[in-house]
Amino acid sequence: MADRYRGGVPVVELRGAVALLGNFPALAGVDLTVESGEVVLLRGPNGAGKTTLLRLCAGLVRPESGSVEVLGHDLVVERRSVRRRVALLGHATGLYDDLTITQNVHFWARAAGLPVSEATGRVDAALLRMGLSERLLGQPVHTLSAGQRRRASLAALVVRRPELWLLDEPHAGLDQSGRDVVDGLVGDAVAVGATVLVSSHELDRVAGLGPRVVTISGGVVVADTGPADRGGSHD
Amino acid sequence: MAGRDERPGTTGSRGSRLLGCVALTCLAVLGVLAFVLTGPDVRIHPTTGEEFGQFDAVRMLYLHVPMAVLMYTSFMLCAVASVGVLVKRTPWWDVMAHSAAEVGTVLCGLVLVTGSIWGRPVWNTWWEWGDVRLMTTLVLFLLFAGYLALRRTTTDPRRQERQAAVVALVAVLDIPLVNRSVAWWENRTLHQRSTLEELKIEDLTLFTLMFGFLAFGLVVWWLTLQRFRVGWLERAAIDHAVGSAMAERRSETSADELDAAIGVTDEQAGEASP
Amino acid sequence: MTEVRRFLADARLVAVRDLRIEFRSRVVVGQVVPFALLVLVLFGFALDADHRTLRTFASGLFWVAVLLSALLAVHRSAALEQSDGTLDALRMSGLPPAALFMGKAIAVFVQLVLLEVVLMGGLFVLYGVEVVDPALLVAAGLLAGVAVAATGTLYGALASGPGVRETLLPILLLPVLAPVLIAATRAFDDALGAAAVDGWAWTGLLAVAALIATVVGTLAHGVLIED
Repeated sequence: MADRYRGGVPVVELRGAVALLGNFPALAGVDLTVESGEVVLLRGPNGAGKTTLLRLCAGLVRPESGSVEVLGHDLVVERRSVRRRVALLGHATGLYDDLTITQNVHFWARAAGLPVSEATGRVDAALLRMGLSERLLGQPVHTLSAGQRRRASLAALVVRRPELWLLDEPHAGLDQSGRDVVDGLVGDAVAVGATVLVSSHELDRVAGLGPRVVTISGGVVVADTGPADRGGSHD
Repeated sequence: MAGRDERPGTTGSRGSRLLGCVALTCLAVLGVLAFVLTGPDVRIHPTTGEEFGQFDAVRMLYLHVPMAVLMYTSFMLCAVASVGVLVKRTPWWDVMAHSAAEVGTVLCGLVLVTGSIWGRPVWNTWWEWGDVRLMTTLVLFLLFAGYLALRRTTTDPRRQERQAAVVALVAVLDIPLVNRSVAWWENRTLHQRSTLEELKIEDLTLFTLMFGFLAFGLVVWWLTLQRFRVGWLERAAIDHAVGSAMAERRSETSADELDAAIGVTDEQAGEASP
Repeated sequence: MTEVRRFLADARLVAVRDLRIEFRSRVVVGQVVPFALLVLVLFGFALDADHRTLRTFASGLFWVAVLLSALLAVHRSAALEQSDGTLDALRMSGLPPAALFMGKAIAVFVQLVLLEVVLMGGLFVLYGVEVVDPALLVAAGLLAGVAVAATGTLYGALASGPGVRETLLPILLLPVLAPVLIAATRAFDDALGAAAVDGWAWTGLLAVAALIATVVGTLAHGVLIED
């Protein structure tokens, strides 16, 4: 595979990162380095801090201490500017229930700063890629199933062409074809050189892409297989 | 904060105890001055020769006026501290803002009560809707009661210190608007009917009033200091709780979990290698 | 200048979205407006009055009804961002918080104007008022609407956060809007011929309040949605 290194600056670099949820230390000192183009699988028991870790990298959670650098931005100093370059798929849909899928995705494309002319084309392409049929597009989101909403959420993220994907249990609640769509998405992302962090319990699904597996427990990294095709671990 | 030799669990210190004693003494002296030594406001009408005036009600003057001035001072302090929170975002500014707001709100309530007590015998009513200062003070009370309610919605001050600061500043910005609107609303105002100038403020009355400022000033200083220290200790307690939660969390990773985790990932790595 | 155009375009995007959602869900039209009319009716019952008395108090009753209904409308506007993680998505999108504020405030303003129009109709029918100065009525109505919408949207952002916040919005918002209530009532008194006051001076005060509310809201909204 072609070397996708971009100037040697890691996409994600955490050193002793601590993050709080209220008074609870969800992350108690995480060390993690992710290079450009990698696919990283996050594993760990419930409550280990996987979701908080993803939200931290997205710039939504304030680092309490330690150093957090994502795509060259120092998130301890300033969190807003990194967000546009990152896509976070969380447990919530991020969609407005009363609007249709098309209206939602179009809104999110424009909100991300795309001009109208470009937005329409990308929106159509994204909806097609996510396998959402014409019939569904014109219906309000609240009438759709969880799987269809998940695809719509992903479509809204795809249009932004992010450099870093943060997927929090993307397979949960999806049927077979839905999971295929998610895997295809990860494949697409890798193909264009984006970096992907996936938190999932479904090891065998993501394994096919040869990811690195990072295990989190008690708010710290306890195991890390290291980048698979670069020989040896990097942390 | 000078002379802080806090024993764990108290907010007292040599400096603050001294301040408290002096303040209490001054309050006692003020009480004597206001309620015993000064005379009631009795005036002789120039033409009819009858006695009129505020009589004993005027004694409220010595409580009400100093408290009103100190109330405004506290709220101004809160506003300044709120700006500090937004600009600097250190705990000191936030605890100061909260403390000043609490003390100010208590003073505001007392101003309304003493004003009402003072007003009843003099104006013949407990409340008067058209009075500028009464209305402004009432709205001020409501604004800061809302601020305090906001701060109570969560026990962790760090989550909402900036939000609270915005609310405090909006409240302070609103005051001139309230003042203007009420002032235009009614031309008459009871406060004008019996102003300080009308009373014969001379010698002992003047001294008592000035002493009132001193006494209440010391009391408010002491209150704000203590409240600040309580807030500071609350913060320290939270930091401490977070610290011990951190230690606990790190030790969560038991040996079994580690083995299980590593065991699976070896398997996984085995599958993944080309 | 392109920054301003960008800002306006973003604000318009948000405003259109909120109004579109309202069009679909009909919460304001179907629930808030009837509530407002109901308040007018209740006043009629409670005051047990004839037309003349009601005409004297009409402006005050009108604006109290508007304020109470505005609480509902603002709450609804804020609630749109609380469910389904849309607030997080908005923060991730990079949309400037100032534009988000402006868009939401505009949407609330449009809803409030609609509300005022319907309530005005209610005043005609139920209380028998007559309009002496329509220009003053419109000016005061619009400016008060801006002040209420802007302040409400700013405080609505506080609704998304930890702790019980639902009952917080009224106790924060209503005292701040006290001068708007006073000024709008006086202006309407003049416009409806109920009192001999200078309605245009009061409208000037409303303009100042509206301006301050908009400026503060634009600057401060970003602070309130972050933690």
